[in-house]
Amino acid sequence: MIYLILFFLLASLLLYTILGGADFGAGILELFTRKRDTQKVRNLTYKAIGPVWEANHIWLILIVVILFVAFPEVYRLLSVHLHIPIMLMLLGIILRGAAFIFRHYDAIKDGSQKTYSRVFISASFLTSLFLGITAGATILGRIDPEIIDFYGAYIGPWFNAFSIALGIFFTAVCAFLAAVFLVGETDDPALKRMFYRQTVGSNIVAVISGIGVFVAAGLQGLALHEMYLESTMTIASVILATFIVPLLWRTLNQGHYQWARLLAGAEVALILFGWLWVQFPAMIRLANDTVTYQAAQAPDAVLNVMGWVLIGGALLIFPSLYYLFRVFKFEQAAS
Amino acid sequence: MEDLLAGRLQMAFSLGFHIIFACIGMVMPFLMAAAQWRFLRTGKTVYQDLAKAWARGVAIFFAVGAVSGTVLSFELGTLWPEFMKHAGPIIGMPFSLEGTAFFIEAIALGVFLYGWERVPKWVHFGSGVVVGIAGLMSGILVISVNAWMNSPTGFDWVNGAATNIDPIAAMFNDAWFTQALHMSLAAFVATGFAIAGLHAFQLLRNPGNVFHQKALRIAMLFAAVGALIQPLSGDLSAKDIAVRQPIKLAAMEAHFETEKGADLIIGGVPNEETGTVDYAIHVPNALSFLAFGDFDAEVKGLNDFPKDEHPPVPVVHYAFQIMVGLGTLLALLGLIYLFFRWKKPHLLTHQLWLKALVAALPMGFIALEAGWVVTEVGRQPWIVYGIMKTADALTPMPGLVYSFVITSMVYVFLSIIVYWLMTRQIKSVNLSYAKPTPALTA
Repeated sequence: MIYLILFFLLASLLLYTILGGADFGAGILELFTRKRDTQKVRNLTYKAIGPVWEANHIWLILIVVILFVAFPEVYRLLSVHLHIPIMLMLLGIILRGAAFIFRHYDAIKDGSQKTYSRVFISASFLTSLFLGITAGATILGRIDPEIIDFYGAYIGPWFNAFSIALGIFFTAVCAFLAAVFLVGETDDPALKRMFYRQTVGSNIVAVISGIGVFVAAGLQGLALHEMYLESTMTIASVILATFIVPLLWRTLNQGHYQWARLLAGAEVALILFGWLWVQFPAMIRLANDTVTYQAAQAPDAVLNVMGWVLIGGALLIFPSLYYLFRVFKFEQAAS
Repeated sequence: MEDLLAGRLQMAFSLGFHIIFACIGMVMPFLMAAAQWRFLRTGKTVYQDLAKAWARGVAIFFAVGAVSGTVLSFELGTLWPEFMKHAGPIIGMPFSLEGTAFFIEAIALGVFLYGWERVPKWVHFGSGVVVGIAGLMSGILVISVNAWMNSPTGFDWVNGAATNIDPIAAMFNDAWFTQALHMSLAAFVATGFAIAGLHAFQLLRNPGNVFHQKALRIAMLFAAVGALIQPLSGDLSAKDIAVRQPIKLAAMEAHFETEKGADLIIGGVPNEETGTVDYAIHVPNALSFLAFGDFDAEVKGLNDFPKDEHPPVPVVHYAFQIMVGLGTLLALLGLIYLFFRWKKPHLLTHQLWLKALVAALPMGFIALEAGWVVTEVGRQPWIVYGIMKTADALTPMPGLVYSFVITSMVYVFLSIIVYWLMTRQIKSVNLSYAKPTPALTA
């Protein structure tokens, strides 16, 4: 049962990274949109992510619920020591969600639209940055339950070059996902060119900041590259991820947008998978210890019930989600 | 400010804010679907306009409810890590099921909001109903978690840790049924009266406006029926608490001395030092009857419990008076409404009646928040009744007051914006339904 639950955790993480990431990315890209295109981009963003963005949130809730039910100690450590970045990420989630829906549903379109957009854009940055920072803190090993001074216990674990580099990398990945996704959503040649340029730009930033993550890890005394070289699984994921990039560009240049989206998703999946495999079976690395999933898992009775609930939930959710995507996404692509 | 107080206030503020949006997001889909159903049956476009207008409301409230709910799922850990470490696995089942229900709700809402021209009309209507049912389900499931905090079951507590966990027994705890029933009805009453009050206000300003008349009619039906059933559900809750959490009942009633044939104390100022209630109205033997169905039954008083286990009596007592008082008033309004609709339909548009409904606009939500104060403050000093104290569940991180201030500011700010957005929605609806007033045509 524990493997089933780990599978669901991985699946939710992956779906949130891809779907939620594209959602944040849409906000990030708006910053790099020329003034005369902003209205068109807003409408497009709304048409593209509006119907599904509520559903995107739920992957995050699922992650949280799986953590506190099945791995309570992991949830406790994260929420005590990463209280501040988590709250900042939540601030971003609240503000961008509210601004996005307000911008569209405000019955009177006037100057307030500009304010909604500003909030939406900056909150999108905030969310992806602090999501990345939180993820970085779980692997860096600065969380130390023994420390009691404020800085060491609640700031040091996440306020460091490595976590911030990861936050920047994740932000670039979000922008990249959104750009690849939006290229195929529009028929307007000017917008298409713009999203194409944004895809190039975010790809470059992602590669540079990705290298930055390894450099920052080295500066912080974390031999991340060595960890990656330890297992064939992670080596394979890195090699595959590298090969996908030129393939993705080929499909994009030839106008096979569905393939490009699929490959972008696969790219992110490989990065995430490699990232998790590097520390597996550890879920969090502490200063003097690691918390493995075996050590953190809840009693069997709890895991069994949760496993069945997840299976039942998946049987209900996936067909309805498929229906939603079919009605809104595929029909648009066909038309 | 003390960290414990800041943490409790932040939680109270977050829950109090979320509850309003969650209730509206849960009940309004039913109203929206009812309007759409009327449209499908009668073909009158005013009903479709109404369904569309309410759907915009649902979208706004649901979105804010969804993000504030996401925040709560993290706040449980950032504020009460010790609680979640033990309680998380035990009460995980309703949380996981709630995730599923919420997911279905979000998907169905996507279909309803964006499917006006894209999906077959009965599928579209059906998706609206699914939004409501899934929303209600997720509300009921979350209540199971709170009910478990009031009547913890499904585990053995040995040396400060839970063993022998049975998540199914924990989910089906003793308090779940009465709490879920009371809260679901409260959501209908509060949302129904709030929406009715809003449209009544518009009718006062735009007499004869068909749009607001139809809206009022649909909203009041839900509100009136809910308000009439609510006192019965309240009675069930009281009888349940009398057995399960006698100290909470004693605090609600400000009942200090254990006695047979206890009086019902209405209003008054409880004095915790002397154990008396000044300026209160006493109804002889009524408390014994209400709690146990017997005028001479023994009702436990606060003095039977150690002083350090007393909840803050005045807060609980006042909140309870507010809830019951407003609930009774709304039930009365519901009764009058049904009578008017049955016998005196011309009075339904009478100025005084509309003014009464405007006055009732916030009452349901005030009663609902007061009810949550009763159940949450009434459980103090425990976070899990009889098992874990709230103070022991708090995060070790100091400086919670900053987090409290920031969270509150965000919520206050969002409330103001949502209020402002609603006024703008109504303004644009009124523009499209603007009619020459009788005075002008004459």
